[in-house]
Amino acid sequence: MKLPLRPSFPIGPPTWPTGVELQPPPRRTGVHYDTDWARRWPARVARAVFVDDLLRPLVAVLGSPLVTGLDRLADLEAPAIFAANHHSHLDTPLVLTSLPARFRHRAVVAAAADYFFSSRVKSAYSALTIGAIPIERTKVNRRSSDLAASLIDGGWNLVVFPEGGRSPDGWGQDFRGGAAYLAIRCQRPVVPVYVEGTRRILKKGAQLPTPIGRPFARGTGVRVTFGKPLWAQLGEDSRRFAVRVEAAVAELGDETATDWWTARRRAAAGTTPSLTGPTTAPWRRAWALDDQRRRRGADPTWP
Amino acid sequence: MTSPRGDAVSPSPVGRPALRTRPGLVLEVERSTPPVLFHAGEGFHLERLPVGSRVIYPAEPVTPLADPDAAIGHALANPVGDSEPLAALLRPGMSLTIAFDNQAVPLPPMRRPDNRQRVIEAVLDLAAEAGVDDVELIAAHGLHRRMTEPELRHIVGDRVYDAFAPQGRLTQHDAEDHDNLELIGRTPEGEYVEINKRAATSDLLVYVNVNLVAMDGGHKSTMTGLASYRSLRAHHNVNTMQHSRSFMDQERSELHHSAWRMGRMLGEHVKVFQIETTLNTDTFPKQFSFLQKREWEWSARDRASYLAVSKSLDRCPPRLARSIFHGIKSPQKMTSVQAGEVEAVHALTTASVYRQQLVPIDGQADILTMGLPYVGPYNVNSVMNPLLVMCVGLGYFFNLYRGKPLVRQGGVVIMSHPTPWEFNPVHHPSYIDFFEQVLPETTDPAEIEAKFEADFANDPWYIHLYRTSYAYHGVHAFYMWYWGSHALQHVDNNVIIVGGNPRAVRRMGFKPASTLRDALEMAEDVVGRNPSITHLHSPPILMADVT
Repeated sequence: MKLPLRPSFPIGPPTWPTGVELQPPPRRTGVHYDTDWARRWPARVARAVFVDDLLRPLVAVLGSPLVTGLDRLADLEAPAIFAANHHSHLDTPLVLTSLPARFRHRAVVAAAADYFFSSRVKSAYSALTIGAIPIERTKVNRRSSDLAASLIDGGWNLVVFPEGGRSPDGWGQDFRGGAAYLAIRCQRPVVPVYVEGTRRILKKGAQLPTPIGRPFARGTGVRVTFGKPLWAQLGEDSRRFAVRVEAAVAELGDETATDWWTARRRAAAGTTPSLTGPTTAPWRRAWALDDQRRRRGADPTWP
Repeated sequence: MTSPRGDAVSPSPVGRPALRTRPGLVLEVERSTPPVLFHAGEGFHLERLPVGSRVIYPAEPVTPLADPDAAIGHALANPVGDSEPLAALLRPGMSLTIAFDNQAVPLPPMRRPDNRQRVIEAVLDLAAEAGVDDVELIAAHGLHRRMTEPELRHIVGDRVYDAFAPQGRLTQHDAEDHDNLELIGRTPEGEYVEINKRAATSDLLVYVNVNLVAMDGGHKSTMTGLASYRSLRAHHNVNTMQHSRSFMDQERSELHHSAWRMGRMLGEHVKVFQIETTLNTDTFPKQFSFLQKREWEWSARDRASYLAVSKSLDRCPPRLARSIFHGIKSPQKMTSVQAGEVEAVHALTTASVYRQQLVPIDGQADILTMGLPYVGPYNVNSVMNPLLVMCVGLGYFFNLYRGKPLVRQGGVVIMSHPTPWEFNPVHHPSYIDFFEQVLPETTDPAEIEAKFEADFANDPWYIHLYRTSYAYHGVHAFYMWYWGSHALQHVDNNVIIVGGNPRAVRRMGFKPASTLRDALEMAEDVVGRNPSITHLHSPPILMADVT
């Protein structure tokens, strides 16, 4: 909006001579947004307070999460890449608040540059509150990967959702290779993380969250399961490693739906249900999803 | 890409070898020596020992394995002794039983994940790959109390618990369930070999152990943890205990000789794959780190911690102090893991324990002093009642030797512990009756065994509580007394307890003393003037190699 009385130059800005080609303003949003300031001490302290004292109770009220598998991280040294399936905007706060403090307070979240960094205000908010860094998800972008790799090399843990976006229908999507690529490049492990139930609180397209479970009653709502850290094998490329990470997350999903022993046996037999669901008609996918939910004891809802 | 750990690529599958850090030390007290820490139940105090006394300091915790999971995988794939790798022993259609040690080890309970969880998950991973469906887990607690759900979860982990317990495939051994016991036979010495039927009739029995002290593990694991009362009494008796010198030294332990005979007989009937793990002695978390340091090395922070903690505990209601201490989870870490044939495995385990715990000592003393902690193997999440004080002091601490006891024959043992006249009626019902009915009549272990054991062991109420509640078996109180019988015999009942409840101390036939100085004066009546004194400094645990 222009002010009615615009001060003239030199008090106001100069006019652009018509004979000179107009330069586009330097881009300061999207992958070009500089998040360095959000990793300095004042911002880190503010974020720690925000995550621990605001986000955590909020997640507890909305989802009463049950976090399992943290014992698998007992021997893990930071930094690591935490790769989770993605159903909802709530996944980031949930994973972030579920991480042990030694990882949580030095973590950045790979966030879609076109969504979380679409404006300066949104960018600043994302960078400050959850430590988001902009990642280009629609095309390969060296700037994104260099930033993420330099942060991991600098000791920062990375939370990433390799599906590239929230699930549109409740089933997972194929994992992209970004997390695996970074793990190989930085020689750090990927920790598979399975998040279950957040879609019921805030699914894609929903405006307001619907709390599930009893507030603060652990285990009555959503679940977060951490898996064993995975290291890239000798000669393994990022595509194959990404498949392995996806399989590990699927096994955690099976573990969440059934039990660890059943999941291990299915994994050994190669019959772990895939994250992406059956490749059938959409209504049958929705039907199968609801069937799965019923087996888990959740309230059935018509798709 | 070479990964530093895990998965298929690891430069050294067993990680860094366990290294010994500073070894144990025998310090001769001088005028400049600072007062020495004595543990005393849920508290501790500093005592100045007479000049010339010896203080035995344990070795510092050895460096743990860098990657315990990789080490477990390596051990399962490369068993010792006459055994194939575990994967080769597993096949579809077989029955597999995994037995594991109970909450008595380690002390205090270790932080998650427990060694047993790591090992059990690794075994189950292999079983899943081999397509083994018939798997059962049994908590091998012998005549100990059953574990509560949180205790079981702590040991096996939530994943294993949630997968097996709801289906009834994670059970606790019941030594009084005669329908589910299998008599294997009798040894030439007449010992009954009778264990849990599921374990005895499985195609493969995998035993998962945590070795805290040299007494644990080997054939003793199955022959106590999974045995019946009549099987256990073959070696849990006064004669065996008095001829085990000590029961921490398997070569000179009648207890182990008996268990070994029985275990070998069991091995002829069922294939046993033993997996043993050892721990370092990093016993207490940071807040209590001063407990494990040598006093002259206490920093300003250690001194401040000591003052803050000890003064707070002095003013703390005993119940609160107890709950604080029993809430401690120790940062102990795995130092070795070995798997395969029982005896070959145990030889390595024992060597690893010795490497951590042995401290060479030259000669015996007239007086042995020791501070007793708040916890022993039989009062995890419970009260350390007077019988347990006796058992921990004269049973465990006294027997932490190889060669000769730290105190000479006819010497005096001085222990510091509040020894409250207090029992947990749920965990230790028979202890109460033992203390009230048996000890007033006699404190002689042999007489107690002859006159009272059968009544307590066969008492239907105790059996009922053992099977359905969380009570130790009726006979367990007797075993506590037998455990100290070698010490009682060796020092001719000359035992003084400093700071204990006088009535409770006298009930056990010991002498109460208010201070260490009083106790030393009382001891001089027995051993004469200017006695030699040795103090066993703990925590953590050490084992004296006395020559």
